[in-house]
Amino acid sequence: MATTSPPGVGLAKGLAVTIKHLFRYPSTQMYPKQRPDLPPRTRGVIALMDENCTVCMLCARECPDWCIYIDSHKETVPPAKEGGRARTRNVLDRFAIDFSLCMYCGICVEVCPFDALWWSPEFEYAEFQIDDLLHEKERLREWMDTVPPPPMLEEGAVPPAEAADAIAKKEKELEAEAAKQAEVTAPPAEAAAAPAEAKPRTADVKVEGAGEIDQETYDRLIAEGKSERIARSKAKSAWVRKQKEKLAAEQEAATAEERGGDEAAAAKPKAAEVHVEAGEIDQETYDQLIAEGKSERMARAKAKAAYVRKQRAKLAADAEAGAEDGGSEAGGGAPEASTPAEPADADEPKPKPADVHVEGAGEIDQETYDQLIAEGKSERIARSKAKAAWVRKQKQKLIDEGGDA
Amino acid sequence: MMDLVFSTAITFVGQATSITTFDSYALSVVVKIAFALGLFFVVPLIGGYLEHKVMGRMQARRGPVEAGPFGTLQLVADGIKFIQKEDVIPRAADKWVFAAAPGVALVPGMLIFLVLPIGPGVFALDLELGLFYALAISSVSVLGIMMGGWASANKFALLGGLRAGGQLIAYELPLILAAIAVAVQAGTLSLVGIVEAQATFTLPGTTINVWYLFPQFLGFAIFFLAAMAELSRPPFDMPIADSELVFGYMTEYTGIKFAMYLLTEYGGMIVMSALMVVLYLGGWQLLPGVPLPGCEGTGGLFDCDPMGTLLGVVITIGKIMALVFLMVWARVAYPRLREDQLQRFAWLALIPLALLNLALVGVAKVVF
Repeated sequence: MATTSPPGVGLAKGLAVTIKHLFRYPSTQMYPKQRPDLPPRTRGVIALMDENCTVCMLCARECPDWCIYIDSHKETVPPAKEGGRARTRNVLDRFAIDFSLCMYCGICVEVCPFDALWWSPEFEYAEFQIDDLLHEKERLREWMDTVPPPPMLEEGAVPPAEAADAIAKKEKELEAEAAKQAEVTAPPAEAAAAPAEAKPRTADVKVEGAGEIDQETYDRLIAEGKSERIARSKAKSAWVRKQKEKLAAEQEAATAEERGGDEAAAAKPKAAEVHVEAGEIDQETYDQLIAEGKSERMARAKAKAAYVRKQRAKLAADAEAGAEDGGSEAGGGAPEASTPAEPADADEPKPKPADVHVEGAGEIDQETYDQLIAEGKSERIARSKAKAAWVRKQKQKLIDEGGDA
Repeated sequence: MMDLVFSTAITFVGQATSITTFDSYALSVVVKIAFALGLFFVVPLIGGYLEHKVMGRMQARRGPVEAGPFGTLQLVADGIKFIQKEDVIPRAADKWVFAAAPGVALVPGMLIFLVLPIGPGVFALDLELGLFYALAISSVSVLGIMMGGWASANKFALLGGLRAGGQLIAYELPLILAAIAVAVQAGTLSLVGIVEAQATFTLPGTTINVWYLFPQFLGFAIFFLAAMAELSRPPFDMPIADSELVFGYMTEYTGIKFAMYLLTEYGGMIVMSALMVVLYLGGWQLLPGVPLPGCEGTGGLFDCDPMGTLLGVVITIGKIMALVFLMVWARVAYPRLREDQLQRFAWLALIPLALLNLALVGVAKVVF
């Protein structure tokens, strides 16, 4: 039995709800006078990237309305090498979608294995003649310019396999090169120090958060009107990023300190007797333990121990080096400092345009727009191309900025 | 022509009787008819525009925006559209009855405007039996609705007509009983007389002037609900019930005949609201006990100069629109009642309460 309220309360509630709406701003969008406020990935029209089409016919077969028409022929490609086998390939002659039949289910876009079909948010292609709703290959290709770039991967997501492979390969190459250079410039004894001195990449530093968020990022996203969930997850990843940066900076500082400490250590070669001042802790270990959710006391104790360990190891190494050099010079500080390790990290793989995510809110590139209008293109085409041009330019700008930084 | 303008200007000033009455009988008749027709065709349009806009905003829409400034001419555009439409009469229909039905429903609505006072002296006729006339004429409308339901030769229309017959008879009783209580308290059936009686009515033992809304709030509530049911307005629109009966007795109607039925409904809203203003809300009195500027006579509501007259008309129309707003508000907020709930509500709740109200008012009238 539902809870009962005194008679009339429900009636009053109903009146209250409607009167509240009377003073609210109506949600109508004055469409023909104003552009509608559409989400960027609206399903407006289907675009065709015909270079990607292999005439596999999956889309035409899956289409519930049978509104995709494909014609093709086979061409023989001569062998690439002398004595090779000639191959055949499909050439697309006709690709048409009849939008008078299409029900915008998007199955063709889902099923395309080669990313030849895309959703575009453009929707203003009504016609007076129903035949004109049959969009041929060229028209479908034009829609491609209005397709927004794919959405950004979430922070910390596994990168796409092909991109990850490429990055890993490039990194390996760069490391090998750096190692070779280090070998050439540094004496063999110091060779081991070179990789250690390389600025630690953020990717190498492991940070594990227990749900901490970066308050600044969180507040900013909330202010931008993002949902609480999105803001929290982004703020979490921002926290991890910041922690990583901090740790990397500390490691660098630590290595620099070590170098400075070398000279002092060389002056007093007694490795076994290291006196650590009270309160001296290994910051890296400390931060890591705190991040892992250990208690402050535990983290401090362990960090102290780690600091002592490190100092001992360093002194021992210095002592050995000093013995080999005959202790005549004050450590090998100078050559170490000049080790050119920069190329390894300055050449972080440059982001490709595809990796950069730009989402416009309808901004257009005025230059392109004016040019197309001057060429006699329709207003719609010009707008959509100008939109795409704007996105391209933004991407380039982001990449350039990223390269400088 | 100049004579007419001149005499109109003269009669505006300081006339206790209607401003539409002239020395020439023929001229008086013409002016009175024009006055009633003008009211009938203009005020419902204002009410309809109000309904469109209020319903729109309550449903997070804008309502009409395109026809005329802020969509004010939307109903005029609708009327033109209805006139242009083809006038279809079903083959099985009873042609003459089918064609006459919308007129039978519409004309009573027009006739009531003859006695509605909407300002000091601004009325066509002040009948001694004004209230009786208004209620009697308004019940003729149901004939037009039942004629349309029967003559359409359509089962939905027939069911709609039956429901309308049952509903209008059931709600006529509480409506009339509530109105009788007002007539008893005022001691007159003249609508102008009721306004005058309200202007002089004071709470027993004091000099505080109140409208009849205060002593007869129960009667006002009964009259308001019964009026909504009489007009078949949601939530009492079972005769139309578009989700059950297509459009009830209007199912087979198109074009201008359909428009006449709709105009009957909107005109009825104005008529019922105007009656409530006169019976319970003090007519053209701004607030209880406040005389109208530029007026003399009883309660400062009669013998007005042109400004006072205009102000009185504005106040009355404002009160009518406030009541129309209440009806629209209820329409947006509440779903339709079921047919049996409707009948039960009328016979088991409203009519006994209306009788009780009448008895209380009678006793009070004798005691004080």
